[in-house]
Amino acid sequence: MTEHLSPLAMASQGLAPEVTVSKDIIRRGIIIAPVVMVIAGVIWGLTGAWSAGLGLAVVLMNFGLAAALISWAAPISLALMMGVSLFGYLLRLGLISVSVYLVRDVSWVSLPALGITIIVTHLGLLFWEMRFIAASLAFPGLRPNAQEYPSSSAAETP
Amino acid sequence: MEAIARLVAAEATPAELKNNAAAASAGYAYGLAAIGPGIGIGYLVGKSVEAMARQPEAAGMVRTTMFLGIAFTEALALIGFVVFILLKFA
Repeated sequence: MTEHLSPLAMASQGLAPEVTVSKDIIRRGIIIAPVVMVIAGVIWGLTGAWSAGLGLAVVLMNFGLAAALISWAAPISLALMMGVSLFGYLLRLGLISVSVYLVRDVSWVSLPALGITIIVTHLGLLFWEMRFIAASLAFPGLRPNAQEYPSSSAAETP
Repeated sequence: MEAIARLVAAEATPAELKNNAAAASAGYAYGLAAIGPGIGIGYLVGKSVEAMARQPEAAGMVRTTMFLGIAFTEALALIGFVVFILLKFA
């Protein structure tokens, strides 16, 4: 007789790939930050440049927090990871709302610049990272560092 | 509805009516835009857990694509949020 084990009772061990992905996204975000600020500065002026910097910081914080929450929960249990993913989504949306609400009347913030930067950098950084991930998953042999993007890690019962 | 009737009865100026409509629309935009990604993330993570349980050796790959999927799904909510801040505060 086989023992029935719920998938939710399992835990995902091994390296945390989402931390690697988010570190990569944050590194790229920091690299493109001056370019984004200059472009926003050209369009909206000095307030636009500062707002673009703030928007990019919000996006990078969002990625970092998402990865931190999942990598914390996955080794404990997959059920906790599910809960953390959903409530983390709620928490992160709340944090973004609060951070924008706090600066809405500040003189150096341009809300259109802030909003557009949040959308464009979020999607742009994701597509940039996705291209790299897709290539490394399709051609694992070409990965510069095999430990950085593991193709597998064991999921074990706790 | 009662509040709207009272607003109309109080003869609000067109500018006030417009502000009220913008505030209500902003709330609807943010709320409705958050529902879809919520469902999407729940479905995505549920399927990822299923995949990890079926193939534990592929858990790393599944978690990588799951993380990217969550971020892409969340972009929809961010678009709703930006519409909200533009309608409400700009």
